Formats: sequence, C-alpha cells, structure tokens
Amino acid sequence: MGNVLTIILKRLALGLLTLLIVSVVIFVAVNLLPGDFAEAILGQGATPEAVASIRRDLGLDQPLVTRYFDWLGGALQGDLGSSFAQANFASFTGTTSGATTVAEQIAPRFGNTMFLAMVTAAIAVPFSIVLGILAALYRNTVFDRATNIFTLSSISSPEFFLAYILILFLAVLNPIFPSLSNIFDGMPFSERLEKSMLPALTLTLVVTAHMMRMTRAAIINLLASPYIEMARLKGLSPMRVIVRHALPNALAPIINVIALNLAYLITGVVVVEVVFVYPGIGQLFVDSVKIRDIPVVQACCLIFATAFILLNLTADIMSILSNPRLRHPK
Amino acid sequence: MIWFVAALIGMGAVAWGFRFAGQAVTGNAPKFRDMPYGVAYGYVLGAVVLLWLVWAYMQGRSADPAIANKFFFLRIAIEGFILFAIAAWLFRILGRTFGTAWSRKMFRSMPLTASFGILTILIYAIFAVFAGVIAPYGQEQIVPGVAANIIPGGDPAMGGNPAFPLGTDQIGRDILSRLIYGAQNTVGIAFATTVLAFLLGGTLGFLAATLGGWLDQVLSRMVDVLMAIPSLIFALLLMTIASVWAPKLGIPLTIFMVVIIAVIDSTRVYRLARAVGQNIVVMDYIEAAKLRGEGLGYLVFKEILPNATAPLLAEFGLRFCFVFLTIASLSFLGVGIQPPLADWGTMVRDLAGFVNFAQFAPLAATAPLLAAGAIALLTVAVNFVVDWMLHKSSGLKE
Repeated sequence: MGNVLTIILKRLALGLLTLLIVSVVIFVAVNLLPGDFAEAILGQGATPEAVASIRRDLGLDQPLVTRYFDWLGGALQGDLGSSFAQANFASFTGTTSGATTVAEQIAPRFGNTMFLAMVTAAIAVPFSIVLGILAALYRNTVFDRATNIFTLSSISSPEFFLAYILILFLAVLNPIFPSLSNIFDGMPFSERLEKSMLPALTLTLVVTAHMMRMTRAAIINLLASPYIEMARLKGLSPMRVIVRHALPNALAPIINVIALNLAYLITGVVVVEVVFVYPGIGQLFVDSVKIRDIPVVQACCLIFATAFILLNLTADIMSILSNPRLRHPK
Repeated sequence: MIWFVAALIGMGAVAWGFRFAGQAVTGNAPKFRDMPYGVAYGYVLGAVVLLWLVWAYMQGRSADPAIANKFFFLRIAIEGFILFAIAAWLFRILGRTFGTAWSRKMFRSMPLTASFGILTILIYAIFAVFAGVIAPYGQEQIVPGVAANIIPGGDPAMGGNPAFPLGTDQIGRDILSRLIYGAQNTVGIAFATTVLAFLLGGTLGFLAATLGGWLDQVLSRMVDVLMAIPSLIFALLLMTIASVWAPKLGIPLTIFMVVIIAVIDSTRVYRLARAVGQNIVVMDYIEAAKLRGEGLGYLVFKEILPNATAPLLAEFGLRFCFVFLTIASLSFLGVGIQPPLADWGTMVRDLAGFVNFAQFAPLAATAPLLAAGAIALLTVAVNFVVDWMLHKSSGLKE
C-alpha cells in the first residue's frame, strides 16, 4: 500500500507544481498587455498624477514579482481583485452597490456552472456506458455501425450546431424545454432542472461519443483474453460475460476517460452557455473577454485551469487505484 | 412522455411475438431459436424507427402548411441523407472504374462513409479555391436596391427573391455568396493554422527525439504546462491580449489568431511527433546513418520523417478538425475571424435569432443552420476519412 501512497503523493505534488506554473503563465500573459489597469480605468484623458495615484492604490507601482505573489496570495484566500467594468461603473455613478469584486461576480455563476456540469454528468455517464456495453455486445452489427456513425458525427460537430439543432427540435418545433436558461437564485429545483435541460443535453451529446467509444474499445480489447474465452465456454450468455467478467477489468480506462471528459465539460461549457444565455462562469468569461475586463478574465482562466488540472489529477489517481497490481504489490 | 413509455413497453410485447412467430414460421430455424430477447427487441426498435421516419417524411410533404412546417427539417434531413448516400455510392463506383490501379484498389476496400468523406472534402476544396468564380456576388457586397433579410427559397410570395436563393442577411448581403466565401476564409485559415502547427510541433518534436538531453527536457516541460491549460480558454485569454495589441501594431487580429492557435495546437503535435520519433530513433538504420556521419537535417528529414508519415497524416486530419472547430467557436463567440470577411462561425452568431421562426417560416431558419451545418459536415467528413485511414493502417479487422 505504501507504494501506491508514494505514487499518489508524487502525482499530487506534480499537480500542485503544474498549477503554480500555470498561474505564472496566466499572470505573465496578462501583464504582456500594453499600459496597465490604471491607464485603462482612467481612459485617454488621464493626468499623470491620477494615473500615479491609482497605481499606488492598486499596488501597480510594485515590481512584477511582488505583484504576482500579492495576486496569488489573494487568490488563495478567495480575493481575486476588483473587476474593471464594475469599478468603472461604480465610480461613474458614485454608488458602491452591486458586485464590485471579481469573487462576488464569480461565486454565484460558479455554482450554476457546477450544477450544469453535474446534470450533464448524471445523464451522460450512465447513457454512454450502457451504449458502449451494447455496442460491444452487438459489435459489427447494424446497431454498432449506426452508433459509430452517430457518435462520430456528434463528436465532430461544433457545440453550437448541436445546440441549435436541439433548440430547433425540442424548443421551437416541439415546445418541450425552454430555449433560454434564465436561472436565478431561489428557483425551485425542478424548474431549474427543466431550464438547464437543453444545455445539459447538448453537452451530453458532445461528451457521450468519446466515453461510449472508449467503453466499447476497452471491453472489446478484453474479449480476446483467455478468461473471457473460459466464461464463454462455460455457457454464460454474452450479456453476462460482458457485464460480470469484462466490465470490471475495463473499469480503469473507462473511469479515466470519464474524468477526462468531465474536465472537458467544465471548460467546454463556454460556447453552450453563450448559446443558451446560461448565467454560468463561461458566459462571464466571454463577456469579460469582449470588454477586456482583465481581472475577471484572469480569475476565470485560473478557475478553469484549476478545474482542468484537478480532474486530470483525479483521472490519474483513479487509474492508479483501480489497478489491482499496484494496490496489492507482491 | 407516458406515450413514449407505453410505446417502449408495447414494442417489448411485439418483440416477443416477433421471435415467437419467427420460430413458428421457420420451423425453429437456428437464427430464431438462438435469438436473444435483446436482439429481437433491437429488430423491432429498428423497424419502428424506420416506420416513424417514413411517416415523418410523409408528414413533411403534407398539404397542410402547419404540419408540413413542423416536419420540414426532418424531411430535408432525410432527403439530404439519402442524397449524400447515393452520391457517395456513385463516387465509389466512379473511383472503382476509373483511375490508376492503385486508386482503384483503394476504392474497392473503401467503406461508404470514407467515400462520402473524400467526396465532401473534394467539394469543399473546389468551393474554397474557386469561391470568387462560383459566388454570384462579392462577400462584402451590399447589392444596391435590395432589401435586407430576404427569406431563403426565392419565392416572391413568401418574401423571397429569385436572385437570392438563400436570401440576404441583416444588412443585405447575399447569404449564398457568403457561404461560398466562408469555405475560402474559414477552411483556408484553419488549414494554414494546422500547417503552421505541424511545422512548429513536428520540427521541435523530432528535434527533441533525436537530440534528447536538456533540449528534450525543456521543451517537454514547457509543453506540459501549456497543455495543462484548456485550449479554448487559453486561446480566449491570449485573444483578449492580442485584441489590444493588434490595432497598436497595425497587424490584423486574424493573423494573431492563426499564430495563437497554431502555437497552442503545436503542443499536441509535438507530443505525437516526439513519441513517434523516439520509437524510430532506436532503430538500427538510424544508428547506421549516424555512423555514416549523416547530419541532423538528413536524420530528421530523410530517415525519421518518411517513417512517421502515416501517424502524422492521421493526426493532421484530426488536428485540422480541432483547429477548425476552435476557430469556428472563437468566431461564434465574436473574437475570431473579423468582419467583413465572410465566416461560418460569425454567420451562425449573426443569424441565430431566425431559428425561433422555424414554426411559421421554416425557410427563414435554414440560414444559420446551413452555416453551422457546413462546419459540421466538413469535420464529420474529415473524421470519417481519418477513421478509415487509422483502421486500414492499424490492420484492425477485429
């Protein structure tokens, strides 16, 4: 067991290191911008004194390394700085109402995005595993070919194409689900679920293909093994051979691909959220990119990268844990 | 919902009856005797889906416009599917009868999906190269005296105009011409980006594999870090920065986009090229070439590259799809290819609102779907071809 623990600890350390370096990359990339926040906030007609004073207030006169550690320290404590656009707005109207810090803006949207990702995962994971098992069971039949073509098409279509097709058939022609996902706080769960159904279905279509193909491939890979032959010769039904004998041994690659696809989900929501006007973190990100609200862009980028790295790490650790040879070393 | 469940249960009963009838009629032939219940259910499900499609197609042709509108898109999809299947089939026959012995042999072993893919890629290539000749109007041309938002279909009674078979957009540009120019802009830019990514990633990957040592370590760790950031997110971050720099430097934003996406995607190419290269570098013939005193350039281009062509070619197809989809997504989000260049992603975003009119004027809703469908069709086609190539080169016959 100690062996596994060292491997996992090594992975964790490596993940943390990657995260640290990624934060440096994001910080440096943002600081490649010409000018700085102070000039951008004040606009073109700024006097040098005003720029200098804002720089002092925001700590922009510090050297780059100090600023990086300030930013990182703040980010670790949940303080992601103050949003440009909101700061502008507040100083313009003279009010301090509304969310002015990045953290306040991101917090509710982060919850929404996680909700969407969870709904999608709850639909996509069972669906793709069942489909993968069926395709492996009836491999090289019409059913397998049809599923193959269907999944290949859905994996290679752009998200917005799938989204508009779903809107067309499930919202406009047959009004089953709403095409706009205006979610707000305090909404009853069932209504929330109904409104986020179309984005969730779109994402399901996007991630199912990959998971299903991996499930199928992992099971078919095992079917040539001697113990499967044995099970077959015992006279077990094909379904039982696959579910009881092949599936447990195929779990490692399947879990791995599920974790990777969830990582894709958290980051791939951007386009889908924009199509359905879903108030998640992806939409905030795109909006901030358009108005160049750098602190928000920086923070969203960090959050997406963190989620991506964490899920990749989980995939790694899960595949180590699900390997009995590593868990029980001789 | 209740009807749906009832239909599923009803089909279960029919499946049982189907198997029983089959056993009775064929005198307990092995096919029916050994048929698992799941397979019988599958046959019935398939038959029901086919019947439903035929019924829906008939509904789409019905005289009542309310019903016909509702099934219009399904009808188009079915017609398109059959049309493409026939075209792919004819194309395969054509390939089997004409051409060199090599190409005839290739076409003989080709599945229908792959011949569909090749045909589609050819058509796109023709449109991309000859866009200026084929398109009836210019991509930025606002035809004088023509209204904006003409409905597709060219039927004056329904708000169409025969001169604009696919209608005009919100400022009066011909949508058909813009779709055709989109092949040139979107596909052309994506292709250039992929080539750039391959030059960059391939060269560095092979270098890392041949030289090894600190260069390999430095490059690989850099690639690891870049790959830890989700590519679309990283591209959006860099595009934000580029959008500030572009006007200051006077370089079009599109060039920034090409470079940014090429760099991000070259990391994936690097990984593959390095892995393939490392497998080749340990071969005896490389050792022999080294002992002959060949230089680095000879090793990379004359010894490694020819042996790495097959995996790299398949990767090129897949990478092209990813790049193409990334560019389309960026354009859809409004930070990719900039207007007035005609581009499919931007067209989808601009025309998306028309989808909501599908119930009353199905033709109006086709414009955004055509642009999005043009993207989807090409990526599906490339994927089909790559799938077939991988299947063929791996010798997988299962």
